[in-house]
Amino acid sequence: MEESMETKEAVPEGDSETRKTSIEKSAEKIKVRIENVNGWYGSKRAIKDVNLDIKEKSVTAFIGPSGCGKTTLLRCLNRMHEMTPGAHADGRVVLDGIDIYDKSIDPVVIRRRIGMVFQKPNPFPTMSIFDNVAAGLRLNGMRNKTIIREIVEESLKNAALWEEVKNQLEQPGMSLSGGQQQRLCIARALAMQPEVLLMDEPTSSLDPIGSSKIEELVRILKDSVTIIIVTHNMQQAARVSDFTAFMYLGDLIEYGLTNQIFMKPEKELTERYISGKFG
Amino acid sequence: MTSPSSKNSRYISSLFVVRKKRGDHLFYGLVIGAAAYTLLMVGLVGFSVTRGSVDIFLAEGIEFVFQSNWNAVEGREAFGAFPYIIGTLLSSAIAMVIGVPISLGIAIFISEIAPPRIGTPLSFITELLAAVPSIIYGLWALFVFRFWVRDLIEKPLYDAFGGYIPFFAKTPFGLDIFTAGIVLAIMIIPIISSICREVMRVVPDSQREAAYSLGATRWETIRMAVFPYVKSGIVGAAMLGLGRAVGETILVTMVIGNVIGPSAIPTSFFSQGQTLASLVANEFNEASSDLHLSALIALGLILLVLTMGINVVARLLVKKKIKASSGAKSQ
Ligand SMILES: Nc1ncnc2c1ncn2[C@@H]1O[C@H](COP(=O)(O)OP(=O)(O)OP(=O)(O)O)[C@@H](O)[C@H]1O
Ligand SMILES: [Mg+2]
Repeated sequence: MEESMETKEAVPEGDSETRKTSIEKSAEKIKVRIENVNGWYGSKRAIKDVNLDIKEKSVTAFIGPSGCGKTTLLRCLNRMHEMTPGAHADGRVVLDGIDIYDKSIDPVVIRRRIGMVFQKPNPFPTMSIFDNVAAGLRLNGMRNKTIIREIVEESLKNAALWEEVKNQLEQPGMSLSGGQQQRLCIARALAMQPEVLLMDEPTSSLDPIGSSKIEELVRILKDSVTIIIVTHNMQQAARVSDFTAFMYLGDLIEYGLTNQIFMKPEKELTERYISGKFG
Repeated sequence: MTSPSSKNSRYISSLFVVRKKRGDHLFYGLVIGAAAYTLLMVGLVGFSVTRGSVDIFLAEGIEFVFQSNWNAVEGREAFGAFPYIIGTLLSSAIAMVIGVPISLGIAIFISEIAPPRIGTPLSFITELLAAVPSIIYGLWALFVFRFWVRDLIEKPLYDAFGGYIPFFAKTPFGLDIFTAGIVLAIMIIPIISSICREVMRVVPDSQREAAYSLGATRWETIRMAVFPYVKSGIVGAAMLGLGRAVGETILVTMVIGNVIGPSAIPTSFFSQGQTLASLVANEFNEASSDLHLSALIALGLILLVLTMGINVVARLLVKKKIKASSGAKSQ
């Protein structure tokens, strides 16, 4: 009860406006602009009027208690939500000035530019390691074997998996450990050379070593890719992200530079979540 | 305080151990028994059919399989299974060629494309159709469908190709191998598509999402994420359908024309024919001699061997194909 009261008082309009301008000043270009996005499962509104600007070549973390809508919001960004029966979204998601919800936009094209890594590693079980990484390229009509080979190698290197698999590229993707499979999935997404990479709790099924490898990876990748990462791990958010968005019960409560959010959050709810008082 | 409770707990735990073991044994026994049952049935059926066929193979030798005469008149008895083997294979092949693609299409539509509000009733209807007894299909085919086949499919094919493609060169009549194949296809489509749909439903959504996230279209997703997962299941479903088609008796008897002897060797799709099962059904009641009876049982034996053979070959093919596709680039 008490918490939901706080939620209401936690979103006064003017306040988020000032915060928004401070973020706009802090970095260069806005890659993804989320405007008044609502996400629905049937008649249930899972995310409510979210406004958020994602900076190019930065890492943005979505945090918040379970069920608050992080995954839903993430899936709204590459129209993956359309794959859930009964789900729909409204509002605008603007990628480089183009509203991806526009009727004239083919979601297939959007997903080629916005890659996604899922919570559970999901390599294609019947494909080899090599074919898994090459899958997206072949899908898009790439036939040149040399180029495919080069991109596969580069992607595996970028995903910090190359050294471990370079002598077993023809083994099935499923023969890898969980953490390796997750990096394989990252490599698969990277091979498409996405401009934005959405990662939904990419380390939740990994051990500390696997997790830190992926965190390391995220830090390196942000030189070339805009990354949005959902995480339950506060330390992880603090370590890898430049910006943090805190969500609660479908609302975006607070958004700002990660340092600020973690050092002196403006909302009491954020403060309580970050200090582990609930969630 | 301590002694009774520890005594109790010891009693309970010992009871527990005994009970658990007994339950285990019982379960184990039941399962082994059930497994043994299948072996026993194969053995029993195989043995009876083989023993029943001994007479005819003694009389005709292996030639029984390759010759075409069929004469039950005493003193001039001659029996050969060849035309019926061909009839069986041809009618089933027609059924598979027509039935498998359609079944796949139905399964893909229901599980991958249709929204639940259409897919659910549709899959219910398919399952309902799968439960319709074959005699119903047979009656409908005999009284209604064969005329459609003759006028709408066979005649046009005959007019177009009859002149130069021998497969279509025979005045269509409506009661022939082609009709039997089509009706068999109609019969096995619900079965194959139900199983295929069930198999596709097992594919985890995470696989589809993996493909979608790479920018795959719906069809590409099916090809990339669904098919590789269900390939062997689809072959299994097709085999089950083939098994039904090869062994189907009453329906085939009603529409295939029931010819006997050398003229039962089809020269065209539109020939009247006979299958192993339909001949057994047609003549079993009036088998005039022990040799005749033995010949009919031997047809059953051939049918049994044929079904098993098809199954084994199909399984080998699948295995080889999977190996080939996963090992193709490993050299
Ligand atoms: N497929 C679905 N159908 C109906 N409701 C759903 C579906 N998926 C999620 N929801 C609901 O939407 C809300 C937000 O879910 P979402 O998965 O986005 O949360 P989350 O923040 O990602 O949680 P977690 O941290 O546990 O992954 C939840 O209340 C959930 O019950
Ligand atoms: Mg989630």
